[in-house]
Amino acid sequence: MSFLQILWFLLLAVLFIGFFFLEGFDFGVGMATRLLAHNEDERDQLVATIGPHWDANEVWLITAGGAMFASYPLWYASLFSGFYIMFFIVLMGLILRGVSFEFAAHAETPGGRSIWRWALFIGSVLPPFVLGMIFTAIIQPLPIDKNMDIYATLGDQINLLTIVGGVAVTLMCFMHGLNFIRLKTVGPLRERARQWNAILSWVLYAGEVVFAILVFVYTDFFKERPVSTTLIIALIVCAAVINQVGTLKNNELMSFIGSGLGLTLVVALIFNGLFPRVLIADNPAHSLLIKTASASPLTLTIMTVVACILLPIALAYFIWSYTVFHKRIPAKA
Amino acid sequence: MALLQGFDVLSLARFQFAMTTVFHFFFVPFSIGMALVTAIMETCYVRTHKDVYKRMTKFWGKIFLLSFAVGVVTGIIQEFQFGMNWSNYSRFMGDIFGAPLAVEALLAFFMESTFIGLWMFTWNRFKPALHAAMIWLVWLGTTLSAIWILSANSFMQHPTGFAINQATGRVKLVDFAQVITNPQLWVEFPHVVFGAFTTAGFAVAGMAAWQLWKHREPEFFKKSLRIGLLVGTISVVGAIFVGDLQTRYIINEQPMKFAATEGIYKDTKDPAPWTLVELINTKDHTVSGNIEIPYLLSIMSFHQTHGAVKGMDTVNKEMEAKYGKDKNYYVPVKTLFWSFRIMSGGGVFLALLGILGLWFSRAKHDTIENKRWLLWLLGLCLWLPFILNTAGWFVTELGRYPWVVYGLYTIADAVSPTTTAGQLLFTNIAYFLIFTLLGGVMVYYSHRVLKKGPVDLDQSNYGLAGDPFAKEAFKS
Repeated sequence: MSFLQILWFLLLAVLFIGFFFLEGFDFGVGMATRLLAHNEDERDQLVATIGPHWDANEVWLITAGGAMFASYPLWYASLFSGFYIMFFIVLMGLILRGVSFEFAAHAETPGGRSIWRWALFIGSVLPPFVLGMIFTAIIQPLPIDKNMDIYATLGDQINLLTIVGGVAVTLMCFMHGLNFIRLKTVGPLRERARQWNAILSWVLYAGEVVFAILVFVYTDFFKERPVSTTLIIALIVCAAVINQVGTLKNNELMSFIGSGLGLTLVVALIFNGLFPRVLIADNPAHSLLIKTASASPLTLTIMTVVACILLPIALAYFIWSYTVFHKRIPAKA
Repeated sequence: MALLQGFDVLSLARFQFAMTTVFHFFFVPFSIGMALVTAIMETCYVRTHKDVYKRMTKFWGKIFLLSFAVGVVTGIIQEFQFGMNWSNYSRFMGDIFGAPLAVEALLAFFMESTFIGLWMFTWNRFKPALHAAMIWLVWLGTTLSAIWILSANSFMQHPTGFAINQATGRVKLVDFAQVITNPQLWVEFPHVVFGAFTTAGFAVAGMAAWQLWKHREPEFFKKSLRIGLLVGTISVVGAIFVGDLQTRYIINEQPMKFAATEGIYKDTKDPAPWTLVELINTKDHTVSGNIEIPYLLSIMSFHQTHGAVKGMDTVNKEMEAKYGKDKNYYVPVKTLFWSFRIMSGGGVFLALLGILGLWFSRAKHDTIENKRWLLWLLGLCLWLPFILNTAGWFVTELGRYPWVVYGLYTIADAVSPTTTAGQLLFTNIAYFLIFTLLGGVMVYYSHRVLKKGPVDLDQSNYGLAGDPFAKEAFKS
């Protein structure tokens, strides 16, 4: 394993963290349009909180995918072809969601609007759920052949761990979205989001315990790296505590940091457990490794230079756009 | 699975790639061009302070945003598709192909998505010049994205800066500078972006002409028509000139593609005549009923009155000698021949139409509102650029057959071994249905925008009355 290989493994983790942290609350706000909002005005208020941001947030997934293709082409190829239908469902969700904002704005009848608002909801539930399933499926041993092809059975894709993983990621995104709503709105929604979060905090603790047990049963994480895995899981629980304390003390930023940290640590847990592999085969000889699955040193070098120049610039205007829209969205009179 | 017999994975995967890219590429050039047209309109507003330009920016901006949304979501499919359907390709090409995609996302996608959000919601908050800068940055982002994805495509057409890794048999990057200075890229990229500007120019001109034909808002739509025609006409002339460069580049680099676009099986005589139309028999390799114009092919190919062009049979022999006799090197001749004629003929037609439109709407003697036939024709031709773009890609992509990476890797080798025909059939049907829905809704809503005309433009689209981020929104 070279320095560059490890760097890009870490950078991929960073990009996926960026995606789950940012698009996570987008998804959560999308879910809240059905679960939290009582009427069309409230739905509009919620959509306005993410209106200027959702597209750029989604680009983090595109960037993570592109960066994976560039830095770990063999990982990208096996992963995307191996979980064909799952990625297809993610795509469908993202398509529905992506057009829903613009189409809802143009719909003139309440029925037409309602269709696209439902599209937003469905498109906000499916991707985090299925991505949660994919990420918890790849930490289990998979039937990978000597040509690196994954012939994943239904049981490899849908089992207790992947279902709990999907639910957990969806729940965490929803709670992250609730915290974003608390930060970005004034009016009844703000308080309702806090109440929901207070209740869901207990569900999250229960989910995290179940998740930890299933990780122990289904994966080799506790065997391969017992200390770091235990530590990260403990930190995930800490993040949930931060979120809950923020809810009880009515400290919105604290809750938001807590829920964002939780999503961050889930990605960290997965990448930490995978290391030094990128895909785990049931026959260890067929596992894809950081050492062998990466692009050439030259490509990694060029990508490093490019990322060092472009990522700070992108981050600068990205953050600027959040400061431009820093105000809370009022409830419609 | 008796139902699936007759469908093989390769054909279904190819069909899916064709369907998803063609559909995606209705909206990509339109969006790139619409960003430019909208940016020009807003710049006119910044410079003249005339309200009509502000209204134009907002009005055409609505249609731009609709197409941008569909372009974005259909674009995500592309990035996933390489891994999902073409995993062996991704493995073979990963060292080269991934980097441009990643740069495209880092450089272009972040830029366009962030600044489009800023542009949409800061009408009342930014000074006009700063606000106009936002749409220019969106345009820059969309155009930069074209460079990167086309550099990847250009490698597939004409591989440069690589070596084959002997241990793995896969492509290895040797010289990145060569990948982005690939001569193929610098004939392909200008042709594609000129095509994109043409698309939006004539689409705006067509929609405006249609409104003029119906006597709606003459001042507003005549100004729009002029801007559309200017952008469209300059761009289509540009596209024709660069297209000529590209064609002459292909004669040497991809002679099979070139011979097929001209429907030539046997080597031509010297000087070579150009065939306007002919009937092609792909079985016997013969042509009949051809209408020929003497000298013209030599002139077009070599810019001189002599010079013979190699026929497909000769090229086939050369390729068999170079790459082995086990492959079929003939490309889909009829599709290429007719696509090329549709593209180039349509381009010339649009150029003439644009010049006519500009002439009759000139400031000194503006009679375009009385030229009802011309308005009608312009209205009809708003669809034409979309057909021409598609025809152009048919030539480029089908003309590469049997290669996915020219001379290195065949399409048949590229497909995912794990994907099944059942999965592909299912996803093909699903994509087809959702594309029909998206395309239909996009056209329907654009039509509604047009029908409603440039009224109520200050009302926010996004549900809340006015700008939800404006200062006034917080006085309660």
